[in-house]
Amino acid sequence: MKKEPVNVREAQASTRKGNFEEVVMGYSEDQALLEAARCIQCKDPKCIAGCPVGIDIKKFIHEITKKEYPAAFATIREKNNFPSICGRVCPAEYQCRKTCVFTKKDSLFASKEAINIHFLERFVGDYGMNNKVGAPKTSDKTLSKYKVAIVGSGPAGLCCAGELARYGVKVTIFEALQKPGGVLRYGIPPFRMPRDILDFEIDYLKKLGVEFVGNFIIGRTKTLDELLAGGYSAVFLGLGAGIPSFLGIPGENLCNIYSANEFLTRINLMSAYKFPEYHTPVNIGKKVLVIGGGNTAMDAARAALRLQNMTMRASDTTIIYRRTEVEMPARRLEIEHAKEEGVKFKFLMQPVEFLGDENGFVKKMRCLECKLGDPDSSGRRRPVPIEGSEFDIDCDIAVIAVGLKANQILISVTPELKTDKYGDLIVNKETMETSIKGVYAGGDIVGGEGTVIEAMGMAKTAANGILEHLKTVSC
Amino acid sequence: MKILNKEILLDSGGVRIGMLEVLSPDIALKAKPGQFIVLMASEKGERVPLTVVEKNPSKGTIRLIFQEAGLTTRVLGAMKAGESLYSLVGPLGHPTEIKKYGKAIIVGGGVGIAEIYPVAKAMKEAGNHVTTVLGARSKDLLILEKELKNTSDEFYIATDDGSYGRKGFTTDILEELLSKGKYDLVYSVGPIPMMKRTSMVTKKFNAKTIVSLNAIMVDATGMCGCCRVTVGGKTYFSCVDGPEFDASLVDWEELIKRNRIYDDKEKHICKLNII
Repeated sequence: MKKEPVNVREAQASTRKGNFEEVVMGYSEDQALLEAARCIQCKDPKCIAGCPVGIDIKKFIHEITKKEYPAAFATIREKNNFPSICGRVCPAEYQCRKTCVFTKKDSLFASKEAINIHFLERFVGDYGMNNKVGAPKTSDKTLSKYKVAIVGSGPAGLCCAGELARYGVKVTIFEALQKPGGVLRYGIPPFRMPRDILDFEIDYLKKLGVEFVGNFIIGRTKTLDELLAGGYSAVFLGLGAGIPSFLGIPGENLCNIYSANEFLTRINLMSAYKFPEYHTPVNIGKKVLVIGGGNTAMDAARAALRLQNMTMRASDTTIIYRRTEVEMPARRLEIEHAKEEGVKFKFLMQPVEFLGDENGFVKKMRCLECKLGDPDSSGRRRPVPIEGSEFDIDCDIAVIAVGLKANQILISVTPELKTDKYGDLIVNKETMETSIKGVYAGGDIVGGEGTVIEAMGMAKTAANGILEHLKTVSC
Repeated sequence: MKILNKEILLDSGGVRIGMLEVLSPDIALKAKPGQFIVLMASEKGERVPLTVVEKNPSKGTIRLIFQEAGLTTRVLGAMKAGESLYSLVGPLGHPTEIKKYGKAIIVGGGVGIAEIYPVAKAMKEAGNHVTTVLGARSKDLLILEKELKNTSDEFYIATDDGSYGRKGFTTDILEELLSKGKYDLVYSVGPIPMMKRTSMVTKKFNAKTIVSLNAIMVDATGMCGCCRVTVGGKTYFSCVDGPEFDASLVDWEELIKRNRIYDDKEKHICKLNII
């Protein structure tokens, strides 16, 4: 008989919807052992190819079964510096778990569910964190004389820094905001990833010798040229997709209409959910609409619902999406969590206008009903608005979560950096080098919106490119 | 980020305006007239934008001037020399386009006078004929009078109560000047109603008018869109697209309303004895 997958412990929906504590509590040791024991240790494991940074999944799961946790930790860290982060935010069902042999219906080993690789990774990462397990360091004396600057401390920047620092390269990370982490800090809410996890993983980089410079904007405080002239042999740009898209419909600048970025930045980076202890406010209302169907929309809706429960002991938060649940790009887990907590979903609705009161605050959203048409370039069926189907929905807060564009601050003052029609940086895919020699890039500024681990994958390639580059320059 | 100097420039009739001289060598080197910084007074504080009023690159300092209005500016007002800001980043926004326009009128009202000072100085240095018009409620509420007088070819003051200069508004003087002579540029910073009236007056004379907008911001790097303003029917982020815009195209009503989004929260937090 095939073994059942081990479900992960989660906080009760009724409790967690009223606070910002972590929802998924992770595996206990016994649970991790049971789940690890499900892995059949394929001769030719497919899961590893499904991981954008190529973690030796088979090996670390085997090490768990032998209770060799420090070894498992070392195995993961060999490829991924941030197991506690990735174990929490990776959409594993689209990556390593998608390629697990258990998911192959025609396989002899087809099982109910792929191995919960992400929960096992998290277990090992948290074990390492809680037990202060050291990480492998392969210092190379010939590299320690080089200085590399990293612009942006999001997933790509952190990963690239870790890869280089492991070889002894002197790395400085420049971050525009007051704290490092990028989207991990301002975008991902504490109930998905507690701040102390992020702080721990960043602290690990500091232990590797990485220097963080906050409140520093390359392109404003210093130009890229000045940075290069300052003794850095290479620069990595992990600028991110930081610019929020809006719908471009009338009334969108009414008060209490937020971009998801603003709403989440106020809450996550500025701790507005602890106002007035923290001084940054965020408004919350009786009826919140979140427009969009991605993970950011789920994060915004779940944050809004928590604020409602914390301030009014009742919640009414609805996600509005143009297509249907099947086409939603958000992770299934996030959608399920949102539903459990009481977030409502309305599908096949396209906003066309916001209406406000005399003081300029939003009161209603006007929508058109949609039906699904033919698939578009993304392969998902296109929403087609139905003429004359207009109707209004009440709302006093609206959050727009319909995507992000490339951050242009540095690019706009550095014309030598070549970009594509989306404003993303053009790079040599083998090395991730940009149009400027010695300047590399990765993450959302290259590929457009992607996942944390995809950004890290690019950053690793860039780190290898940089290491090769360093061998060719004197410092 | 260390405060080297702090002064209360005025404290009268419930209005307190303070000045900080802050150590920030990188910003002091880079800041240009019209640009601003974002600071946090404490780890739990808000991110607040303030114009760089003056810089001293050799000393590595910048000067910031603020009127105590909300909690953060009151916290700044209570800070002392020797203390440090929690964070300071910049310079942000596009600098003012400084060049020889010919004849320029620079209009400043209230604490906005601090913001026109670097621009007036740079315009003068660029060879413009600079006429400065300052406005305040009364004589006690005027700042930087001497400094601005020194950078101006012509100089006027209007006070609401007539306690100094002309009784009335800056726009009365502006209208007179524009009806008597030809000017190539009007630059104005002050309370929104003043900038709006300035725009109404200069529109009549078809005079090119630039204003610097004080929208609410969070990151101020284009990431959040909190500071969006409608200019000429299009949405712009004042942090990265501005802060300066063509006054005749600004949707003032929207800006006034958006700047009141957190009025109730501000009242609430100011009532608590946090400072």
